[in-house]
Amino acid sequence: MTDLDSKPAETHLAPLSHATLPGWAPWATVVVGLVVGAIVGGVMLGGGVVATVVVAWLVVVLALPLWSRAVEGGRKGTDRLVTVLVWSTFGLAMIPLVSLTWQVVSKGVGILSPQFFQNSMAGVLGSGGGIYHALMGTLIITALATLISVPIGVLTAVYLVEYGKNNTFSRIITFLVDVMTGIPSIVAGLFAYALFVAFFGPGVKMGFAGSIALSVLMIPVVVRSTEEMLKLVPADLREASYALGVPKWRTITKVVMPTAVAGIVTGVTLAVARVAGETAPLLLTAGLTNYVNFNPFDGRMTTLPVFIYYAIKEPGIYAEEMTAYAWGAALVLVVIVMALNVVARVIGGVFAPKTGR
Amino acid sequence: MAKSIDVSDLNIYYGDFLAVEGVNISIKARAVTALIGPSGCGKSTFLRSLNRMHEVIPGARAEGKVMVDGQDLYASDVDPVAVRRQIGMVFQRPNPFPTMSIYENVLAGKRLNAKKLKKSEADDLVEKSLRGANLWTEVKDRLGKPGMGLSGGQQQRLCIARAIAVEPEVLLMDEPCSALDPISTAAIEDLIHDLKSDYTIVIVTHNMQQAARVSDDTGFFNLRATGEPGQLVEFNPTKKMFTNPDNESTESYISGRFG
Repeated sequence: MTDLDSKPAETHLAPLSHATLPGWAPWATVVVGLVVGAIVGGVMLGGGVVATVVVAWLVVVLALPLWSRAVEGGRKGTDRLVTVLVWSTFGLAMIPLVSLTWQVVSKGVGILSPQFFQNSMAGVLGSGGGIYHALMGTLIITALATLISVPIGVLTAVYLVEYGKNNTFSRIITFLVDVMTGIPSIVAGLFAYALFVAFFGPGVKMGFAGSIALSVLMIPVVVRSTEEMLKLVPADLREASYALGVPKWRTITKVVMPTAVAGIVTGVTLAVARVAGETAPLLLTAGLTNYVNFNPFDGRMTTLPVFIYYAIKEPGIYAEEMTAYAWGAALVLVVIVMALNVVARVIGGVFAPKTGR
Repeated sequence: MAKSIDVSDLNIYYGDFLAVEGVNISIKARAVTALIGPSGCGKSTFLRSLNRMHEVIPGARAEGKVMVDGQDLYASDVDPVAVRRQIGMVFQRPNPFPTMSIYENVLAGKRLNAKKLKKSEADDLVEKSLRGANLWTEVKDRLGKPGMGLSGGQQQRLCIARAIAVEPEVLLMDEPCSALDPISTAAIEDLIHDLKSDYTIVIVTHNMQQAARVSDDTGFFNLRATGEPGQLVEFNPTKKMFTNPDNESTESYISGRFG
């Protein structure tokens, strides 16, 4: 029997406190590193900023763990070393992101004006043009692609998770979806082009063909993300619903889907953001025009990425203006994609099941 | 409205594996029947086969007869959805629907089946069910709050309210108190006592005292040996079961010599 009343025996604990580096130690090391880096790398080796940063990093990555090891002991020293490495890779990863954002914003913001959004490139030589036609093209083609892919993708995922249960057919579908995920976008474009050539003859260009190409790219992403979200819905909830005498299809539509809707919407929005920037398949299918075209079933339709591509590749004699348009269009595209990501997060937050605590 | 259940020669399988073999039992209406036994002996499996929840698990099936009110639940033309509307179930872990409020959770059985209810009818049903589950006074001021915000014991009583809101004939409970503290357990045991007058209740429990406190009849399940199917060893009135059981293994299980 366990004796609950006995007093714990006197023990001699190892000391629980030990020497620690002061809180400012990492920052001091960084400052020292930068100074040493500037003197050794910048001046003595004459390497400028790059050499300064490299030498400073070497100083920090060596000095801080060794100092910590001497004062705090081996485990803390290793902790400091890994912390420095993690922060370094974080900084490294931020470089392309920040510089890309800076490039796009600094070069693109100058051209932005109401006119830039209202005008198309119809009959424009040099200044006075805009991206209205490309903006509308992007919105229409992407919206149509979403309209095609979301029902197919979500229903496929529902079949795989709720009905397929790892039978042969669902394993084949999963395999095909995996293959589709790996399709290069240009191949999706070729597929859509070939499909439409079969119906409309060679050289066909229309917005709808672009939507088909994009949905080939979107469907596997939607299937995958929806599948993962549906798998996260606990089996308990399905059983609770069955036990109330609710048929399977109502359980799926009224219990499973609402529980997973936040994740599904997030997945769909990210898939939309992913295809909104596609260029290659649209070059083949939707083509280029300088005119506004609202009809996706008739004639060429320009999207922002295609517009950017041609503005840089074939600027003609007004190279300066066309380059400015390209950067402006790039900024708008980045903002659209970013806005979609924000929307996805907001929707995810709004629909997420609440605990009320 | 309560119904009795007569089970004869019921074999329950998971795929090719025979989990429970040859159960013959007759469960009385308006009484509490407790099922006890060591883990893995098929109590829950048997309980789930009483409202055809068993077959929700892929590959699971049952053979034999389960007669409720003269109808065989496993006859070929029986719709499992209709069975579950008559025979409700409360699970081991409280599982309120996370997207719904307390109010909507109670009405889930009606709403999910697309029953149109007038506002006043719905309000009455919610109050009646929550009162029935001893939860009304605790939640009446926050019916619009999410069901997940309640404590574990309250969530379990919410699940009971949800189950009795569809007015079943029989209520199956699969270890309803195993995740709860003694006070919530006492509240649910009181509730089982109250519900007995209207419903036939079958409860699986690992807690022998609980079986002794709440039930009129007790069934003891056991395995002959590891890997063998589980079977119903003894079924008797609870009083006899706990004072003078017929079977030797029942006595050693109840007195704590194994299991």
